Amino acid sequence: MKSRPLRVLPGFGLSFGVTVTALSLFVLIPLATLVARGLGMSWESFTGAALSPRALATYRLTLLTALTAGLLNSLIGVLLAWTLTRYSFPGRRLLDGIVDLPFALPTAVAGISLTTLYAPHGWLGGLLGGLGLKVAFTPAGIMMAMLFVGIPFVVRAVQPVLEDFDRALEEAAASLGAGPLTTFRRITLPTLLPAILTGFSLSLARGLGEYGSVIFIAGNMPFKTEVTSLLIVAQLEEFDYQGATAIALVMLAGSFALLLGLNALQRLTLSRREAK
Amino acid sequence: MTTHELALGQVFHLAGKTAREIRRVDWLRVGLIALTVLVMFVLLILPLAIVFVTAFRAGIGAYWSAISHPHVLAALKLTLIAVCISVPVNVLFGVAAAWLITRHNPPGRTVLLSLIDLPFTVSPVVSGLMFVLIFGSQSLFGGWLIEHGIRVVFAVPGIVLATVFVTFPFVARELIPVMEAAGPEEELAGVSLGAWGWKLLRRVTLPSVRWGLAYGIILCTARAIGEFGAVSVVSGHIRGRTNTIPLHIEVLFNEYQTAAAFAVASLLTLFAVVTLALKEGIVRRMENPIEPAERERD
Repeated sequence: MKSRPLRVLPGFGLSFGVTVTALSLFVLIPLATLVARGLGMSWESFTGAALSPRALATYRLTLLTALTAGLLNSLIGVLLAWTLTRYSFPGRRLLDGIVDLPFALPTAVAGISLTTLYAPHGWLGGLLGGLGLKVAFTPAGIMMAMLFVGIPFVVRAVQPVLEDFDRALEEAAASLGAGPLTTFRRITLPTLLPAILTGFSLSLARGLGEYGSVIFIAGNMPFKTEVTSLLIVAQLEEFDYQGATAIALVMLAGSFALLLGLNALQRLTLSRREAK
Repeated sequence: MTTHELALGQVFHLAGKTAREIRRVDWLRVGLIALTVLVMFVLLILPLAIVFVTAFRAGIGAYWSAISHPHVLAALKLTLIAVCISVPVNVLFGVAAAWLITRHNPPGRTVLLSLIDLPFTVSPVVSGLMFVLIFGSQSLFGGWLIEHGIRVVFAVPGIVLATVFVTFPFVARELIPVMEAAGPEEELAGVSLGAWGWKLLRRVTLPSVRWGLAYGIILCTARAIGEFGAVSVVSGHIRGRTNTIPLHIEVLFNEYQTAAAFAVASLLTLFAVVTLALKEGIVRRMENPIEPAERERD
């Protein structure tokens, strides 16, 4: 019903041509090359590289740190989104603008700044060191870097939902005797859940592939503090293109599977809510 | 109890509840605001502050000599080249893709949308690897190129290609929702009044989506300047030749020239802060509809 008047507008051929050409040149051909390279490998050499003990250690570490960062980001994201949309206080707009800092700040800058901050004699590293906690050059440091780059995702996903949220529902719950926590848990949180999931999956995907902000603070010891993206670079520096390709394909397949799974989960929560 | 009394009772109950509620929510409010400020201070403001503090630790003279070093200037030039190529490519593709998707409803729309988003889900390192596999000396095509004296990987073209790949979705992603929301009515009116082709795009579409476009361009520029992983893989790390600004920061930091690394990093941080301010301005513009006086000038 939509397409009939649309056909009046010009530019189908040109925009189609530009879009498909650019997509093919810059996205499809590079991706196809990577996949073709992987398919060209023998099964033994593929699994030999992709499932080597060193590679398995990086998958475990990357997944663990990215998941922790994603979960923490969901908590922090809901807190920030809530305060920044629901309350007005001096400096609110400024804080709201600063939320996007991790998107604007180059990852290398974030990397060296977090490293200096959490280094044993750094501002926060010294403080935490007094408590016996070591962050820089440990998995905790990797998690902090992933946390930093993922902060805006949940906040920006949740904020519009909170703004459009029908406050009457919360007021009704409060008038029926629900405390603020119960109201939040029973009324607000279920509405926010799909947005939180979106933010969580974006933050997780970002953490899984993160390189620039992680490598400085990680320490980069094989089997201990080496993330998958760093292992790919290490293989490339040894001119082991096959190994790098195999690990990159595992990484690609892993993040696609994760995003598809989270998408399905999100659709489920959405349809469940509509059914209610 | 009559219904009237019941209703009255409920009103009193409600009033009592709200009065108590207000007092309690106040504490909750103060606590949540304090917690938010604390979290943001530790997670965002301290990393920002330490850049400038460390940059000026060795004094203003050392700062100036660090940022005016020939290698920094060469890196700056290379970063600018990458930006000046990737931004126009991004705008051209973004406008074409948004026009196609929102005005022609093409078959396979969902597939197109996910393909546009794809570079965001690929690790920057994997993005760089793709171009090494195509153009590197180990590939057939790459070998042929090198025989003919064309270097792509470990040279400027590779850096540009990797930057285009990682910034690819920005403008399209900002334009598609804005154009979708605007609907085709204005363009249809334009067509009926005889506007066609570029005139239609320039006079009707672009003015109404200009803030969305500006937003996309700013995000694209910021990412193009700051890209590290993808560029790191395709660059040969040749100082003064194939090091962009972020790569040069890595070199300085790894050589324990901490103050110099942060001096150069402070330039990028300053740019990031400007980016945030511009973004904020644009978001406000997008929230408030264009004033009639401004409309006239167009």
